Amino acid sequence: MNQRKKTLVIFVGAVLFLVVVTVAGVFCYDAARVTDFSRKNLSPCGQYLFGTDWMGRDMLTRTLTGLSMSILIGMCAASISAIIAFVLGVMAAVLGNKVDSVISFLIDMIMGIPHILLLILISYALGKGFKGVMLGVALTHWPSLARVIRGEVLQLKNSQYIQVAYRLGHSKMKVAMKHMVPHLLPQFIVGLILTFPHAILHEASITFLGFGLSAEQPAIGIILSESMKYLITGKWWLAVLPGIMLVLTVVLFDVAGGSLRKILDPSSAHN
Amino acid sequence: MKGTKVQFISKNFIRMILLLIAVSIVTFTLVSISPIDPLSANVGQAALGSMSQEQKEKLEEYWGVNESPVQRYLNWAGDFVRGDMGVSLLYRQPVTKVIAVKLSNSLFLMAIAWAISGVLGFMLGVLSGAFRGTWLDKLIQGYSLLIASTPVFWLALLLLLIFAVWMKLLPIGLSVPIGVEASGVTFFDRVQHAILPAITLSITGVSNITLHTREKMIDVMESDYMLFAQARGESRWSMIRRHGLRNIILPALTLQFASISEIIGGSVLVEQVFSYPGLGQAAVAAGTGSDVPLLLGITLVTAAMVFLGNFIANILYGVVDPRMRKGGTVS
Amino acid sequence: MSCQEKHHILEISNLSVSFRQYDRGTNQINLPVITNLNVSVHDGEIVAVVGSSGSGKSLLAHAILGILPYNASLAGEIYFNQELLTEERKKQVRGKEIALVPQSVNYLDPLMKVGLQVRNGDKSPGVMERMKALFRKYHLEQETENLYPFECSGGMSRRILLSTALMGNPRLIIADEPTPGMELSLAKKAMEDFRQFADEGNGVLLITHDIELALEVADRIVVFYAGTTVEEALVSDFESLEKLRHPYTKALWRAMPRNGFETIPGSQPYVKELPEGCVFGPRCPLFSEECEGEIPERVVRCGTVRCIKCEEDHSHHHHGREEAHTHAGS
Repeated sequence: MNQRKKTLVIFVGAVLFLVVVTVAGVFCYDAARVTDFSRKNLSPCGQYLFGTDWMGRDMLTRTLTGLSMSILIGMCAASISAIIAFVLGVMAAVLGNKVDSVISFLIDMIMGIPHILLLILISYALGKGFKGVMLGVALTHWPSLARVIRGEVLQLKNSQYIQVAYRLGHSKMKVAMKHMVPHLLPQFIVGLILTFPHAILHEASITFLGFGLSAEQPAIGIILSESMKYLITGKWWLAVLPGIMLVLTVVLFDVAGGSLRKILDPSSAHN
Repeated sequence: MKGTKVQFISKNFIRMILLLIAVSIVTFTLVSISPIDPLSANVGQAALGSMSQEQKEKLEEYWGVNESPVQRYLNWAGDFVRGDMGVSLLYRQPVTKVIAVKLSNSLFLMAIAWAISGVLGFMLGVLSGAFRGTWLDKLIQGYSLLIASTPVFWLALLLLLIFAVWMKLLPIGLSVPIGVEASGVTFFDRVQHAILPAITLSITGVSNITLHTREKMIDVMESDYMLFAQARGESRWSMIRRHGLRNIILPALTLQFASISEIIGGSVLVEQVFSYPGLGQAAVAAGTGSDVPLLLGITLVTAAMVFLGNFIANILYGVVDPRMRKGGTVS
Repeated sequence: MSCQEKHHILEISNLSVSFRQYDRGTNQINLPVITNLNVSVHDGEIVAVVGSSGSGKSLLAHAILGILPYNASLAGEIYFNQELLTEERKKQVRGKEIALVPQSVNYLDPLMKVGLQVRNGDKSPGVMERMKALFRKYHLEQETENLYPFECSGGMSRRILLSTALMGNPRLIIADEPTPGMELSLAKKAMEDFRQFADEGNGVLLITHDIELALEVADRIVVFYAGTTVEEALVSDFESLEKLRHPYTKALWRAMPRNGFETIPGSQPYVKELPEGCVFGPRCPLFSEECEGEIPERVVRCGTVRCIKCEEDHSHHHHGREEAHTHAGS
């Protein structure tokens, strides 16, 4: 099996795993909230792979549900972010110097506030809760992708074949649809997928700090935040296992995005 | 020549100030549109009782409904420029004082993490980029990607579990209750309590610096001058030492200064897990407790630190790079 | 390969360079960039490898020096001073007995002063002296040493790069487009230094897309087309169309301004879509079915050609040889 095929297999494998986790998590939502004091504080065993917590809730279903919530929120927010990135990136490249410098100023400003702090501020502005996380993550993850898009569009704009197409009298719309979009789309999709892991991590972090989803939700940030209280008494599974699953999820998103880039990008073909 | 240099520096400086003003406007807007009313929130209520008449008036000036938002911002900004950031509702002290104490705690932590992650990240990145495709590169890259995918707070929990709970080597946290100043703590205590948070921050910081340095190093390795150096019979080590390091050090410095934002962000989470009484913990407390003056103050101070880092990086670039140092035929 | 019996400094036979790459989808393919290339350089000679831009000529230089990218593979033999150049041997001779003169100042470290680069970091007095002597020889001021590459003009950079090559006392210089974008008269002047170097009994392999320049300064011309050498000819053969051997060379000749600027339709095939048999087949006026078979390299009139249609003709044999000598001596 050569590199290219391996990459494809890895990509498909990563996507499959993530889909399974997300779907399983959605179906586990009710089970994750069932408390049963007859089975509390069990360490991982055959029946409860991830153990149970102090209220007898099954940690496996809680973890899966938490992950699926993080994945769904992360993907939604990242998609909004990517759309913002696309619009601003194209605007910066097309609408001339003034717009370009305004957008670059905006990017510098957003990058100036430490990410977590900005998330806290946005969450606070929106009265915390679901809306706060969603918008917070959506409004903070576009700068790097916007820069990439801007660079790509600028390069395309100045490339010979686009210039020729204009001179041949093709309309702006036609040039954009026929030449720009096919070039930008793969870049955009890869950028979008690579934004997912960041979004998921930040959703988990902000929820962990208490600014995200409410404490009744089995969100992964809540699970880990609650586990802190029980660490001292040696209930390691409450923190370790959900954490490993979270890391795995983020890694797989990264792997999926990275391998998709390898597949789509012809310049990495000889690797 | 001198003129261009002064111009370059002042241009960068003005941009930094403008960015700070923009940040202050955005931050002020964000806290203003919040449906959470700081004065009617629990902590706010309690705080009001213990405040002097003058302080109360000032608060009403900022948050009072009588004034237009623009006027409120101008009032606040005017005081801020004069060094008065208002009074923290949580700590019932001037925000400047709270920030000074918390910042000195955090700086200790962040400086260690900044130095360790910078040096280690640089070395790993250079090695990984120079020996691209080898097992060493794969190992370093694998480590960096794994750490980059690990939430800082979970890494902190893990280290806490291993070193404090299982091995009982280090304390679990400072556990200073909110509102109590961390005075009366000995230096040894401080170091002991800073070890785990600093290690956590360093481990996380390394991955980003490594990955970015690696990218830059690969660019350098693929450059025409590296090809020519090879054609001239230079060994790989000599190429890395003579041309690689020389060309990578500037981008690396920029990266290092740009990483300040990340270190601060990381410290917010790490301090929370270790109950470390620093700026990050204060930020979280300010957010949860609707301590608007403190939240505003912390945001601006950290943003100023980030912009100052970028500013220094730009200046360094201008001074060190002969191409920027126009016409500089310094021997 | 020609009639000359001189000492070979460089002899390349059946050199092939290919790149491992991925085709559409997941197929791994080998992209042949150079196939069965033959070139030789004798004492006192400038041999020009002429081919159009972007045809992979530079890879020839990289193959000789052993600095091809890691996904390239190499076949065929390269002899330097009658000795087989293994990868190990390449490491020993590059920068010393074989030196590269690259295209532009971009090949110098932008952050290191010129002098340090010319000396390759060596600060010993002997090396210092040699550099100073070279700078004098090429009319570079001694202060050049303390400049950064970006501070040097085009002309200066060219001479700096040449000094760099000569520091190691080479027997062979490989010059890869050493006069990019220069006017012919200026380029000719720039090439005088190479002529001088060759006249001292050394060899120069000039890689260029500029046939006019090649005809002015070289002794022999090797025509490079679609990754292979289609003809090796004496410069004097370019005096008339009849003396040339390969239809592509003839097409090149007709395309020269002084011969009427007449170009042939079509373009060089991309390495992925090489035709069967003769690479020039699809554009060749003499194309017939036999051309789709194996095309061996043949010696014709003191030159070589990769064309089955080219006929032996002995009338120009001695004439051509004499011409070459006079030119080399001039």
